[in-house]
Amino acid sequence: MNSSIGLNSIRFIGLVLLQVLVFNHINLFGYINPFIYIVWVFLFPFRKNKALLLIGSFLLGLSVDFFSDSGGVNAAATLFIAFVRLPILKTILRKSDFDYLLFNLRLIPFSKTFLYITTLTLIHHFIVFNLEYFSFNAFLSVFYNTIFTSIFTIILSVLGILLFTKKK
Amino acid sequence: MQQIFFFIRKFRYFLLFLLLEILAVALTIQHHSYHTSKFINSANFISGGIYNKVNSINEYFLLKSENKMLSEENVRLKNLLEQTEINYNEENFTVIDSSKYFQKYEYYSAKVINNNYTKRNNTLTLNKGSKQGLTPDLGVINSKGIIGIVENTSSNYSTVISILNKSSKINVHLKNSNHFGTLIWDGEDYNITQIVDIPRQAKIKIGDTVVTGGKSIMFPEGINVGIIKDFTFENNQYQKINVLLFNDMSAIGYVEVIKNLQKIEQKKLEQQVNNE
Repeated sequence: MNSSIGLNSIRFIGLVLLQVLVFNHINLFGYINPFIYIVWVFLFPFRKNKALLLIGSFLLGLSVDFFSDSGGVNAAATLFIAFVRLPILKTILRKSDFDYLLFNLRLIPFSKTFLYITTLTLIHHFIVFNLEYFSFNAFLSVFYNTIFTSIFTIILSVLGILLFTKKK
Repeated sequence: MQQIFFFIRKFRYFLLFLLLEILAVALTIQHHSYHTSKFINSANFISGGIYNKVNSINEYFLLKSENKMLSEENVRLKNLLEQTEINYNEENFTVIDSSKYFQKYEYYSAKVINNNYTKRNNTLTLNKGSKQGLTPDLGVINSKGIIGIVENTSSNYSTVISILNKSSKINVHLKNSNHFGTLIWDGEDYNITQIVDIPRQAKIKIGDTVVTGGKSIMFPEGINVGIIKDFTFENNQYQKINVLLFNDMSAIGYVEVIKNLQKIEQKKLEQQVNNE
């Protein structure tokens, strides 16, 4: 219980720093900056208090906003994927209820984990770029940015999760 | 009453989500209107401090280009100095007239500790703030040209709205014709900005130099902006004028912040005219 809180707090701080100091300055092909901090939402334990997840992801997004001067863009998007995380996972696994206590992202088939990460990443990026451009005229820019940035976010998050989490 | 409690209990997570989401969207909307993003900006103690630490490491890798830029600026200023000497009238040398010295602008040097240029709305963070005399609404330039306008200040840091931002509208004119226009950015390429509102009488050629106009209270007249890259002329109107910036907005080190000492006077006078 306590080690889980500690682990998640360290992950929170580590991901924010990694995001704002490294990944916000990558500028791959001139403009792609992957948002890897949302891995925190993917990995947050399912059995934990739902309110804690919502408040935590709001603060996570807000801390990234603080560093990148973007109002509440990241906070809004991160909070949204935290809220829809469970329904989406239930739909992907086609189960109405599963064993929260023993649930581990690494134990379900890889294709389903991949689908789960892809869906949440696309939703998150779509909200972020829409709020950032804040105009219907920029639909094409929003669309391209969402697709290309998502590809790199997904690759990096999957690699990160495979490398840094234990398969029990 | 009981049903209300039941309702709140049943939907408590949804209500929490809704509350926080409204808060986040409100912050976003507030951020999009110029000059009201008072809460969420990187000019605070924590993010400013962290950026400062990281920048002091990164700085070592840029010493060479920074030195080159400084020496180029020195050459330019020395050339300017030489030019004024020719104009001196011999009688003027002995006259000491304090009324001839009058300072309109004051310059502060600052260092960029965070810079972004790939988003739609880009900002920079400087390592000086209100303690060092900076206030909101000051112009920011470097030796090559214009960079942006100070938006928020904390005691030791400040944020700057880059010219690569939706809310940046800067008065510019052509160096050779005095026709005014407004500099905006369409969000496509960080080296290219656009000019709108230029009258159709203006004669524009590719390669013309664009400088800041005297209409703005923040910038002195004649600060370099860029050169005209291409434009389209349709329906007797300039449609799209692209300006290639002199500055490489992706690599900005030291900047100068300009304070207009007569800003209040000018504003007051202009307000009087508007009120009449």
